[in-house]
Amino acid sequence: MDLTDTPEEQEFRARLREWLAIVLPTLPPKPSPDDWPGRRAHDLGWQRMLYDAGYAGLHWPADAGGRGATPTQHLIFLEETERAGAPYVGAGFVGLLHAGPTIAAEGTAGQRARWLPPILRGEEVWCQGFSEPDAGSDLAALRTRARRDGDDYVVNGSKIWTSHAEVADWCELLVRTDPAATKHRGITWLALPMDTPGVTVRPLRTLAGSAEFAEVFLDEVRVPVANRVGDENDGWRVTMVTLAFERGTAFVGEVVACRRVLGELAREARRTGRWDDPVLRRRLGRLNAEFRALWRLTQWNVSEAQASGRVPGVGGSVFKLRYSHARQELYDAAADVLGDAALDLDRPWVLDRLSSLSYTIAAGTSQIQHNIVAERILGLPKGR
Amino acid sequence: MRFHLSEDQRALRAGVRELLARRFNAEALRAAVERPGLDRALWRELGEAGFFALRLPEADGGVGLGLPEAVLVFEEAGRVLLPGPLIATHLAAGTVPGAAAGEAVVADVDGGLVEWLAEADVVRGGGTPLPRPEEAVPLRSVDPLTPLHRWTGAETWPCDPVGVLLTAAEQLGTATRACELAVQHARTREQFGQPIGAFQAIKHLCADMLVRAETARAAVYAAAVTADALDIAAARLLADEAALRSTRDCLQVHGGMGFTWESEVHLHLKRAWVRAERGGGVTESEECLAAELVD
Ligand SMILES: Cc1cc2nc3c(=O)[nH]c(=O)nc-3n(C[C@H](O)[C@H](O)[C@H](O)COP(=O)(O)OP(=O)(O)OC[C@H]3O[C@@H](n4cnc5c(N)ncnc54)[C@H](O)[C@@H]3O)c2cc1C
Repeated sequence: MDLTDTPEEQEFRARLREWLAIVLPTLPPKPSPDDWPGRRAHDLGWQRMLYDAGYAGLHWPADAGGRGATPTQHLIFLEETERAGAPYVGAGFVGLLHAGPTIAAEGTAGQRARWLPPILRGEEVWCQGFSEPDAGSDLAALRTRARRDGDDYVVNGSKIWTSHAEVADWCELLVRTDPAATKHRGITWLALPMDTPGVTVRPLRTLAGSAEFAEVFLDEVRVPVANRVGDENDGWRVTMVTLAFERGTAFVGEVVACRRVLGELAREARRTGRWDDPVLRRRLGRLNAEFRALWRLTQWNVSEAQASGRVPGVGGSVFKLRYSHARQELYDAAADVLGDAALDLDRPWVLDRLSSLSYTIAAGTSQIQHNIVAERILGLPKGR
Repeated sequence: MRFHLSEDQRALRAGVRELLARRFNAEALRAAVERPGLDRALWRELGEAGFFALRLPEADGGVGLGLPEAVLVFEEAGRVLLPGPLIATHLAAGTVPGAAAGEAVVADVDGGLVEWLAEADVVRGGGTPLPRPEEAVPLRSVDPLTPLHRWTGAETWPCDPVGVLLTAAEQLGTATRACELAVQHARTREQFGQPIGAFQAIKHLCADMLVRAETARAAVYAAAVTADALDIAAARLLADEAALRSTRDCLQVHGGMGFTWESEVHLHLKRAWVRAERGGGVTESEECLAAELVD
């Protein structure tokens, strides 16, 4: 066991630090959270800077346009960019963290050439059209239909909770291609251009007041068969690849951010005198232990995956369960530091507190993650 | 960064697990509960296996390994509830004659408590003259396998961070074992015509045990690698939580059987309670982690 950087890792970290120090001051100011087109432009601009500097798709395989960096280097990248206050992936989340990796792993050479470079260059935004009004936790119950018509699939149905749908160019879309097959069998994974006729996006307002996600209606939408990733009716297997990336690696960078917030909270508490309260102090001390441990757990998972050459697997559920809960506790503690200012939406951390409520729901609820850990890691029997 | 076990570390863990399975299995545990007392033959065998001399340099007759290895060994000891002042003796290796070889049993004064006082050859108490044995009052220890004395007036032995870390390693072993026991039981015990492990209420208890153990493991192993005071404080908080909550949940999964003296579960729970009192307690760890935030 060794936690120090290898000479290559040291060098990588040092170069990255230097680069961040130069480029971050040139970045335009952050747009307001409600300004989606502004946020898209900002996030893509940052992605383009990463691309030009050779940092885009760091952890992607080299033959997918990535740098083929080790998972550890990816971790260093997340750590250093967050520490330096660089923008988070934002609108690039789906493309960079799970749709792209899925296409890299399962797509044809042509598909990789078509879709991956624009993701890396910060030119195209992806969204995820998995959930439906009647298929959330029970994802395989999805009903959006696709019938084959010549070289196209014709899609009818609707998706819900689709994050970034308003500003997305592409959607990783799950459709049912064989309604007669058993639930998990008749599903297909398609890439849908969001400007196809028949696609309607209706923003949904979240509890935080903004429109983070949307409903997507699909009415006789024609998607070329060439846009299918994996075989027809084999989409559930491809979906498992997507979810492994989504749960396995997508959130780790945020742990560093939480550690920074914790430090800010403590300093704010000292400024206001709340720090003299031993109960609050000890609570923040315990959260410090928690986020330190979550960072160690991340390093452990990444290092093990690197040693064994595996795709991140169900172990990601262990991390996600603990992290989503810890994040909510962090912002509850923030409310305690703020006192009645925690009711003022213009104060820092208040919106974050609201958005933290989604962490135990999105990307598979905590209840579903518990089931996954119990059944797939601990081998407990499936319930009836 | 290569934050995973090396081949040698895996082999060490397997070796210790094998030794303990042979010398301190469930039957031996049961027998020890019925006839409390320290098994000197076993103590010497542990000494021969390098249990106490593990971190002593080879030049001084030790094994010359480091904290990560010690943590793996004490995790295994924690798993099987190996009794005796293991950590105090380990810490005394090299300073107290006979400790390294398992010839001497060493107990430490920790706060106002001493574990295994009556069986100890040497008691250490932080440089102050040790009170006479008649000043030590035996307690009816909650853990049948950890005899305790209260030794008021003894000046507190400043707690050794290594001792705190090794205690966390034992707690980690207990947390892991609690999860295993609960899962074994949940797979086999049937109610309403199916294994209770098919019920979500039970599944989710078990899943939480694993999540706690794995998070604690990452914290404990990292602290062993860095030997950093804050990492150790974090490891102790996570490991205590994992051991205390998971042994309790393990009891719950066992139902009425878990509440009996016959079942092994209460022994894990009680030992976890004893260990949680060691080394300055939780408050101190929380305060030092809080202080770091405003530095
Ligand atoms: C902020 C946010 C962003 C999202 N972004 C996207 C996106 O971009 N693309 C996308 O496809 N989806 C997205 N989702 C959808 C998300 O994946 C689903 O909300 C989630 O999977 C839960 O499904 P549901 O909302 O239908 O809840 P339900 O499945 O109806 O669940 C309701 C409650 O029942 C519980 N429950 C359900 N089944 C079980 C079971 N078997 N055992 C125990 N408890 C159970 C759940 O845990 C939950 O507490 C997003 C959600 C949120 C909140």
